[in-house]
Amino acid sequence: MTSADFLLMVRGPAFHLATAIFIFGILWRILEILSLGQPREHAAVRALGISGGFRTIVRRFVPAPGVFKRSMFIILAGYLFHAGFLISLFLFDPHILLFKETLGISWPGLPAPLINVSTLLGIFAMIALLINRLTHPVLKFLSGLEDYLSWTVTFLPLVTGYIAFQHLLQPYPLALALHILSIELLMIVLPFTKLMHTLTFLIARWTTGSRAAQRGIEV
Amino acid sequence: MSTATFERGYSALKEQIDTSIASYLQSCVHCGMCADACLFYTETGNPKYTPIYKLGPLKKVWEQEYTLLGRLKVKWGWSKPLTDADLAEWKEYVYDSCTMCGRCSMVCPVGNDLVYMIRKTREGLAAAGHAPEGLIGATTRAVKIGSPMGVKWPAVLAQIKHVEKSTGLQIPVDQANVDYLVLMSSMEVMNFPEYMEAIAKIMKSVGKTWTISSEAFEATNSGIQIGASDIAKEIVSRIVNAAEKLQVKTVISPECGHAYMAIRWEGPNLIGRPFKFKVQHILEILDDLRDQGKLKVDGTLEEARLTFHDPCQIARRGGVLQQPRNLLKMVAKNFVEMEDHGQMNWCCGGGGGVSAIEESHELRTTVFKRKKSQLDALKVEKLVTACANCRIIMEEGMEAYQMEMPMVGLTEMLAEHLPETT
Ligand code: SF4
Ligand code: SF4
Repeated sequence: MTSADFLLMVRGPAFHLATAIFIFGILWRILEILSLGQPREHAAVRALGISGGFRTIVRRFVPAPGVFKRSMFIILAGYLFHAGFLISLFLFDPHILLFKETLGISWPGLPAPLINVSTLLGIFAMIALLINRLTHPVLKFLSGLEDYLSWTVTFLPLVTGYIAFQHLLQPYPLALALHILSIELLMIVLPFTKLMHTLTFLIARWTTGSRAAQRGIEV
Repeated sequence: MSTATFERGYSALKEQIDTSIASYLQSCVHCGMCADACLFYTETGNPKYTPIYKLGPLKKVWEQEYTLLGRLKVKWGWSKPLTDADLAEWKEYVYDSCTMCGRCSMVCPVGNDLVYMIRKTREGLAAAGHAPEGLIGATTRAVKIGSPMGVKWPAVLAQIKHVEKSTGLQIPVDQANVDYLVLMSSMEVMNFPEYMEAIAKIMKSVGKTWTISSEAFEATNSGIQIGASDIAKEIVSRIVNAAEKLQVKTVISPECGHAYMAIRWEGPNLIGRPFKFKVQHILEILDDLRDQGKLKVDGTLEEARLTFHDPCQIARRGGVLQQPRNLLKMVAKNFVEMEDHGQMNWCCGGGGGVSAIEESHELRTTVFKRKKSQLDALKVEKLVTACANCRIIMEEGMEAYQMEMPMVGLTEMLAEHLPETT
């Protein structure tokens, strides 16, 4: 198989398979969660929970007072990694083109040199987070296979993307194919690991926030 | 309690899992931030006290019961199913090293309400027979005698007589159609009769009618602390029955924090219907009376530099945050706030039934270092709070660290500043 054939394969059948697993996986997992339902609140509430839930979704992006000081590293590195990853994913012109082809919507991107920076930022933040995970007493203790697998499948698209973008690997179709393959891997793994938090954090924050709001507390 | 077995524990855990819990367990990214928020971790450095780790059994049950992959993993032998030994091991994490203070729930970046899950995990451990002896004892006494400390009505009556004598006021018992039914914790009855005195004086001063019920004087609920909803329901029903029988409009939850959680928030859910009366914390009542201009003070101010310790269940979990501050301003000149206060306050170290767990005694003293450093930083001369349990625990802690600091309940402090009556 030539690198061109390989590219065709990952772009074609492999991509379709990964997309199918991604979409059905997510739907299945969300259904698993939502089908459990919430107990009814019988206490006389101080406020309605619905809007409080949405406020918490937004508020939790900013750490509560005093929290930043105690958990500074994880907050900073976490933010940098998420920013680097999301900017590279959603604001790189070739990616936007792909979204346009598949979803039919598009938006303006950032100049390539900036994407270069965001990718490197994401890569370095992820390396720092990994070192922290391997050395911090709590994280070392908590972490298992799922944590390292999730790290790996998130890290690979950043690195392969950077390699392809900088033409560090020849021939180019091979580099591109590896990048796409790494994304497919991410798509397949996401629904079945903690990476699902990308979606379920909305349910988590909303339920916590609405329950608190009913008691007159903003969390 | 019916006989405790692993199967009962397992199904209790299974029953607890709802959409929010599933989303929490699914979302956790193992960032470790909840550890930084928990005094049991910050003061010991033991990673096993990380809040999310304390939920191990609940997570296992969720995986093997409610996720396809988890079910397959167990079937194919990739992961070990939950065992009774796991539950026994987790007693130390779910009870001994967790005061259900809820501080962890404030910091989780994905929004996990961790203490909500701790409360539910206790249901499983209790049903499997792995609750601590101290809590089992308290719960048994609460069911059989009517109070976790074994306080019977004659003892309450003796205190009532004593308070009547010291105040010259009559303490109403079992009177129907009054404004308020006043509840107390056994700890307040036995160790802090000042609370009852304060209520008597304040009620007279504001012109409200009230009563104590001989059938339901105890406000705390050991069933909640141990995690046995059936018992918790029975205990709360006593209050509901008494309040409905006496036809009171409002039940006053005493200063005690967990009592407020039990009667105000969990109570209606335990009996499965809304209450026909209102439940308010004493500080809410006092602040409302202040707002209406009924609660007046004599104008003298406390000179001492003082601060307020927010009981977790009243503030962070109960939503009574501004009221104590409004009230303090009426009577204190030098009120200062701790660096982390209100919703972010640190627990005294003895909530959630931990004060009744003997094995936790040493750990409790260790984690009191958190409160100590908060107080040391402020250089205050006096500590005000609104929970008899916090008060006892902090007194113990201060003794252990040789700190000299008078402590007072806010209700009691206000009662000392009432205008002279003629
Ligand atoms: S509720 Fe409080 S004591 Fe329990 S795990 Fe959370 S922070 Fe720690
Ligand atoms: S703070 Fe939240 S996401 Fe982080 S480890 Fe604790 S529960 Fe998990």
